[in-house]
Amino acid sequence: MTNLVTLYVPLESTALSLGADELVLALMEEAASRGHDIEIIRNGSWGMGWLEPLVEVATKRGRVAYGNVSPSDAAGLFDAGFLAGGDHALCQGLTTEIPYLKNQDRLTFARCGLIDALSLHDYQANGGFVGLDVALKMTAQQIVDQVTQSGLRGRGGAAFPTGIKWNTVLKASSDQKYICCNADEGDSGTFADRILMEGDPYSLIEGMIIAGLAVGANEGYIYLRSEYPLCKEILGEALINARHQGWLGKDIRGSGRDFDIEIRMGAGSYVCGEETAMLESLEGKRGMVRAKPPLPAIEGLFGKPTVVNNVLSLASVPIIMARGAEYYQNFGMGRSRGTIAFQLAGNITRGGLVEKAFGVSLRELIENYGGGTLSDLPLKAVQVGGPLGAYLSEDDLDLPMDYEAFSEAGAVLGHGGIVVFDHTVDMAEQAKFAFEFCAIESCGKCTPCRIGSVRGAELMGKIQAGEKRAENLNLMKDLCELMEAGSLCAMGGMTPIPVLSALRHWPEDFKTE
Amino acid sequence: MPDKMGDKTRLEEAHSHKVSWNQAEALQIIAQYASLKGGLMEALHGLQYFFGYIPAESYALLAAGFNLSEAEVYGVKSFYHDFTAAPKGRHVIQVCQAEACQSRGSRALTRHVQNQLGITLGQTSPDGHFTLEAVYCLGNCAVSPNITFDGRLHGRVSADHMDHLLKKVAL
Repeated sequence: MTNLVTLYVPLESTALSLGADELVLALMEEAASRGHDIEIIRNGSWGMGWLEPLVEVATKRGRVAYGNVSPSDAAGLFDAGFLAGGDHALCQGLTTEIPYLKNQDRLTFARCGLIDALSLHDYQANGGFVGLDVALKMTAQQIVDQVTQSGLRGRGGAAFPTGIKWNTVLKASSDQKYICCNADEGDSGTFADRILMEGDPYSLIEGMIIAGLAVGANEGYIYLRSEYPLCKEILGEALINARHQGWLGKDIRGSGRDFDIEIRMGAGSYVCGEETAMLESLEGKRGMVRAKPPLPAIEGLFGKPTVVNNVLSLASVPIIMARGAEYYQNFGMGRSRGTIAFQLAGNITRGGLVEKAFGVSLRELIENYGGGTLSDLPLKAVQVGGPLGAYLSEDDLDLPMDYEAFSEAGAVLGHGGIVVFDHTVDMAEQAKFAFEFCAIESCGKCTPCRIGSVRGAELMGKIQAGEKRAENLNLMKDLCELMEAGSLCAMGGMTPIPVLSALRHWPEDFKTE
Repeated sequence: MPDKMGDKTRLEEAHSHKVSWNQAEALQIIAQYASLKGGLMEALHGLQYFFGYIPAESYALLAAGFNLSEAEVYGVKSFYHDFTAAPKGRHVIQVCQAEACQSRGSRALTRHVQNQLGITLGQTSPDGHFTLEAVYCLGNCAVSPNITFDGRLHGRVSADHMDHLLKKVAL
């Protein structure tokens, strides 16, 4: 009798960027040379980036994890009897007992890491398509009402109530409506969309189908950034599999309802993550921001009523439908309901994805989950919410992760990306970078953003050089006020946030003497 | 910047025969997407992938295929960082310049690779061997700094790691 042992090594960008494929080869060679019979399942990532590549071994006790495994560790792992879950310096114990993972509230990411991302069997064995089955028995209005009651807000950063958006599209009368998934995850410090698309693509597909049922749309697009080639492959295969099994296309599972999805690739433009620029790009045009109104919900893609939602907003819908609005609503605080996938990034010991109910403090995330700075030097600044988010100082770490609490503090919770900097960071340089980035990525439609960003970077250069410092600082503050009030979208309108927060907390970095 | 202009001319000469213009191939790529709603982006991706840049000869074909003016085609092509006007070097290195990578030393890593290659971000070496590009977030921010080397993502990249990768493809 053969004694087949099942191993898991993620097929996910972070794991691959640290040598997961080479590791798989090394494990297979080692097993062959020792006469062990193994199979290696390529799962998604649990989101513990700091432990990648993570190898798991299926044992009678459960899946035992070994972290940061490199090909040169293979022989040692076999020597330590890791196929039976044996002890080794890299052993993390049972995966589900790793505190980083165990203490999370995994709703949207419940299957990420657990399953082979492309196995429809695994997906359904772990709660997949239950939400869609529920939705197929409901009227469009009932679906919209469930989503509204759940309190779900746009996870892309703007936090607009998803149900209200859907209701607007439902009420719009048109021969054609669209569902557009914004998968242009361009903010530095964010990678949750990618982990979900690589690790549980069917949950996004299911969410989009439900959105289509809710508003009366039969076509969906996923606008995917070109920096995510693996997502394209995995999503592409997932769409084919879903069509073969009747979950997509004509007459979904005999329901008489149609819905299909196409993937379209971005081309390296940050501003195309702004919803109207994304629609222009989907139409094959320059990614120029549109003036609002009209809202995309009324006149969106090709002028038709369109739901534009972030990956995680859509992927959270299946569990809301499966478990009910109240279940989801019971997580969170204030008007921030449910969970959000925080992303610990930058100079942090345990970088990765932490899905938690709103209300957890920034300190708990950075210190308890993240383990503080990787460099071991004191923390100086934390940028939350991407390049357009505020830089927060040590004094702000007790802020609860809640949309309103962050707004009140002049900060942005956004997509939940958290980038940590140690005390070597020069905040004047970061302020200058905010302008430079805006200059590079501005779509150019409105003057405050197009010209203001260039002028801002020039002013910062002068301030750093000590040239008429006080005058130029005042001029820069004026410029920020103008960009904030006069820009067409968040690109120009929010660039002042990182700049002014850096100046407010660390004025000493803006002095040159 | 006259010296930069000089580099660019040499670069174009060095690569003018890399993938020579092929009208039949270009037409075939464009035809695949011409009936697709908003298909111009996909056609540009197809051309960039095949030729390694968007040949100027393709503007008229794209304009005809999508019922646009050549100016509109150029407008779309020039908006996006991914669509380039000239071929790249044999090996393309992208170094992430965004905040999460900055916090883990991407500025020093960028200086290091610039010194090693003798070119700055956005340039191709005169012998056409390397192109160095800036990129703003590769979505691997838990294990920064990140680069791509010939399309492959690498995380936690040190100067030594970079040198190792460069050595593997050295002339």
